Amino acid sequence: MMQKKLQVEAIQHGSVIDHIPAQQGVKILKFFKFTQTNEKITIGLNLSTHNGKSKDLIKVENTFISDEQANQLALFAPNATINQIKDFKVVNKFPVQLPSSFIGVLACPNSNCISHNEPVKTRFYVNNKTTLKLKCHYCEKSFQRSFFTELD
Amino acid sequence: MNNPLYQKNIISIADLSRTDLELILQTAHSLKQKPQPELLKNKVVASCFFEASTRTRLSFETAVQRLGGSVIGFDSGGNTSLAQKGETLADSVKVIASYADAFFMRHPQEGAARLASEFTEIPVINGGDGANQHPTQTLLDLFTIYETQDTLDSLNIAFVGDLKYGRTVHSLAQALSLFNCNFFFIAPDALAMPDYILEELTDKGINYSVHASIEEVVDSLDILYMTRVQKERFDETEYQHIKSAFLLNAQMLTNVRDNLKVLHPLPRIDEIHNNVDDTPHAYYFQQAQNGVYARQALLALLLTNQFQVEV
Repeated sequence: MMQKKLQVEAIQHGSVIDHIPAQQGVKILKFFKFTQTNEKITIGLNLSTHNGKSKDLIKVENTFISDEQANQLALFAPNATINQIKDFKVVNKFPVQLPSSFIGVLACPNSNCISHNEPVKTRFYVNNKTTLKLKCHYCEKSFQRSFFTELD
Repeated sequence: MNNPLYQKNIISIADLSRTDLELILQTAHSLKQKPQPELLKNKVVASCFFEASTRTRLSFETAVQRLGGSVIGFDSGGNTSLAQKGETLADSVKVIASYADAFFMRHPQEGAARLASEFTEIPVINGGDGANQHPTQTLLDLFTIYETQDTLDSLNIAFVGDLKYGRTVHSLAQALSLFNCNFFFIAPDALAMPDYILEELTDKGINYSVHASIEEVVDSLDILYMTRVQKERFDETEYQHIKSAFLLNAQMLTNVRDNLKVLHPLPRIDEIHNNVDDTPHAYYFQQAQNGVYARQALLALLLTNQFQVEV
């Protein structure tokens, strides 16, 4: 019998974020500040998949991804899945859900938007789920996801 | 009967329903026929121009005074201590709004009016936020079209000139799409209507077509909405070459419909020849005057719950 070899070491307890597009894994680590935790983190970059494309994968020990984090993941990896692991077993598995809006996570690409200078959280509405086009609550301009940078 | 706009903000034309728009137009019509010089007695309205705009400011402040209210404010941000001391807009709004019953504002940055409305309980009226919205201009345009055509439904409307950067034409086209009008867009290629507006119109099932000159369509129009092609967007030779297609003179109006009205947000430079002024189709100066009635209508509806429209 052929034995499959795991590309990334299994974890005992925590979360696995799978099906992250290649190149996005490091951005997710930084965005969720996983690099600042003392928990054990295992990452796989440019892993091969059965359809020939590359993917990234993140495993975080003793951490469960919140619903809000799961929504925010959609900015980087709209087709990712989150696996919750207990005692090396998957106890829950769910896909990332694109929320209807993103609050306080992105900067408006319009440099003349009032949100840059004022004490408010940015807010963007998802205009088009397929192309991930977001519309600013303040300046009302719409941009593709690739035009946005994340706030610190 | 309570009115649905009482104490509401007027930030973006897209926030208003067809019913809201019709109520505002009927109110403007009523106030034009029957002035209400006492309606805003004892009301104070803030008129805050963080960016200068003479026509909009005079029109708005006239509207307040014609309804018996009084105005506080400033005519350009540079003249105030707010800008010099680096106060946030949020703080300025909190303070000024605490003195007034409504807050009318013009600001050079997009989103300023929406933000202001989140820092006060009194109604905020957007008098222009950067390149974004200028809903009171749209309302006066709609009122003028309604006044001259007796309807807003199914009209043939051409927009001419700078359709790319002109927020006036974007907002007006969006508002008129609630009334199933047919649009004709006439602009130099470099200043064509942006794709996102065309996509919106397509999604709403609105008929539109693009044309190279005014003469192609003028005889079938109800409204010819002219805007200025800014010379500085072209080099001199190119400008001389293209401008003739986007200029209007009286001879071009020989065979048009009797009800055709020519509108323009003003100021005009040379895109409407002076000889058009003497034709029965010129309506741009009445349109500018209607700005006072449209703004009166908003003030009446936002500040008086029981205001009765007399048609």
